[in-house]
Amino acid sequence: MSRIGVAFEKARAEGRAVLVGCMPAGFPTVEGSIAAMTAMVEAGVDVIEVEIPYSDPVMDGPVIQKASDIALAGGVRTADTLRIIEAVAATGAPVVTMTYWNPIERYGVDAFARDLDAAGGTGLITPDLIPEEADEWLAASDAYGLDRTFLVAPSSTDARLAMTVEHCRGFVYATAIMGVTGARSQTSDAAPVLVSRVRQVTELPVGVGLGVGTGAQAGTVGGYADGVIVGSALIRCVLDAPDLGTGLTALRTLGAELAEGVRAPAR
Amino acid sequence: MSADALAATGSRPDAAGHFGRFGGRFVPEALVAALDELTEAHRTAMADESFRAEFAALLRDYAGTPSLLYPAERLSAKLGARVLLKREDLNHTGAHKVRNVLGQALLTRRMGKTRVIAETGAGQHGVATATAAALFDLECVVYMGEVDTERQALNVARMRMLGATVVPVTTGSRTLKDAMNEAMRDWVANVDGTHYLIGTAAGPHPFPALVRDFVRGIGDEARQQCLDQIGALPDAVAACVGGGSNALGIFHAFVDDPDVRLYGFEAGGEGVTTDRHAASITGGSLGVLHGARTYVLQDADGQTVESHSISAGLDYPGVGPEHAWLHDSGRASYLPVTDDEAMAAFELLCRTEGIIPAIESSHAIAGAAAIAPKLAAELGREPTIVVNLSGRGDKDVHTAGEYFGILGKEQ
Ligand SMILES: Cc1ncc(COP(=O)(O)O)c(C=O)c1O
Repeated sequence: MSRIGVAFEKARAEGRAVLVGCMPAGFPTVEGSIAAMTAMVEAGVDVIEVEIPYSDPVMDGPVIQKASDIALAGGVRTADTLRIIEAVAATGAPVVTMTYWNPIERYGVDAFARDLDAAGGTGLITPDLIPEEADEWLAASDAYGLDRTFLVAPSSTDARLAMTVEHCRGFVYATAIMGVTGARSQTSDAAPVLVSRVRQVTELPVGVGLGVGTGAQAGTVGGYADGVIVGSALIRCVLDAPDLGTGLTALRTLGAELAEGVRAPAR
Repeated sequence: MSADALAATGSRPDAAGHFGRFGGRFVPEALVAALDELTEAHRTAMADESFRAEFAALLRDYAGTPSLLYPAERLSAKLGARVLLKREDLNHTGAHKVRNVLGQALLTRRMGKTRVIAETGAGQHGVATATAAALFDLECVVYMGEVDTERQALNVARMRMLGATVVPVTTGSRTLKDAMNEAMRDWVANVDGTHYLIGTAAGPHPFPALVRDFVRGIGDEARQQCLDQIGALPDAVAACVGGGSNALGIFHAFVDDPDVRLYGFEAGGEGVTTDRHAASITGGSLGVLHGARTYVLQDADGQTVESHSISAGLDYPGVGPEHAWLHDSGRASYLPVTDDEAMAAFELLCRTEGIIPAIESSHAIAGAAAIAPKLAAELGREPTIVVNLSGRGDKDVHTAGEYFGILGKEQ
């Protein structure tokens, strides 16, 4: 079983959901992002999702766009992202990578899979790659034993849902709302429905993302999903802080609140 | 459109939207259902006699097509080639783009959607979309890079007069590519009642094929006009290439005529050896951008690089996948034209024919001038070249005035 799978098993045994925290690589700097992700692990985030910053992130809302722009303006390269993954994986937490497809094609799909595996990454979440276009990645992820997380959405038909899930390994990512990333005051009604549709076709754990920002929301989502994925709210801790030290403190506070949230008896 | 023509259209792309190794769908799963719906609506509409008749009537009565094929004799004498100008500049709204927006507006209504969104660079596609939205009583939101809203304040005013909401985009480089990202984000969130009225033959399947089908009348008309007016097919067809809609529109009817050479002219900006150009085929590399695999201007890590062209309509770091395929297959040739070459052609057309062309279209004129001597040498006679004059230059008067230093009181 993959290391992500182990994390989901462990949480399931504890009767709770896994907390996944997302941070763009190189934001605010390469070293700063390692510090931020390490702080998240220390605060109780179970799995770290490292986003490769991309110039045209169509699935992302303003917070992640801004953080990605800052990382890119700072000159972060794909090779730096691999170094960051290696450093964060050394904390012992599973590290999954979220990436738009072009940076991977440019690096070389097989070469990236090889280097990701060597860095200790568990696999990829691919927001703009659907299984129909993924032949090279299917082969490379098989070759290096990496996980593949494709997205499912409320608009996915039953047939597409089954097809997409069949190509996943590790966990399935359910986009809770029709829309881009960003913390919202309410999480969606569509999410529980989508999760139960996924459960009808797979035993794989299901993570729910897009919109979670508080411990209470994490508790609610953790009540029906196996993984609670938090991005913008965590990133904002660093984005809105006057300096990195203050940002890390805010990150630890929110990380701990979310970790408590997934342990709250909402289920 | 004849049944044969439709069958030929259907043979490319394949069912998943691939033109050889290009095209496809690189999109969030959330959009796949909408793209499937659109694919189906496009397929049934093109097979529906009443849809085609309604589209044809709109093009004729509202847009003013077929556009003229005009023998530009004084220009011909200068270029050493017989030049026929396909006068898309005479269409309503002043460019070929009206064909695409009318087709997509009809499709929007057919799908029962009531809101359209669009991206725009210079504002041409935004104005065209706002026009069709007014005509079809659709809500219209146009995303435009903040930088461009400042450069093109008049077009912003035009869109607003037509009832559209213009949203300045402040992310990324704040230009066309970012406006496209923002339109995609809107679409993901509002896909149920909204159609994304994309402005060129790019993006995820079915857009490249769909846009081509709506603009292909340019070439269908031009081919017939050639036969009627000169009793022969031309030796070459020339067009400028931004995302690629006007070029595909005029190429499509000639693709199966082996003796007709097809030339696409990309924006070479300050030169393709500099980093300030928008020539995705000549100066880019294979990548994925805005939902399709195609040629892209990108750095070593796959980050999109900002493009540059004096012509806002060509200032885009990607190109439609069918052009990438036509390039790879060798059926069409793509060559860069610099800002200076385009502006020289702009002036030449003004002075020889009394036609102020769009700066986009000036790239096609400049390209025709460049290939004319080569074609003449190859053929051993004066070549005939059809040039797609994709738009009129009223929108460019300020840019051209600055370029030539003729703004203000003294000359
Ligand atoms: C007059 C004119 N020609 C050409 C273009 C380039 O677009 P395309 O390559 O899709 O024809 C534009 C775009 O704004 C335009 O306004």
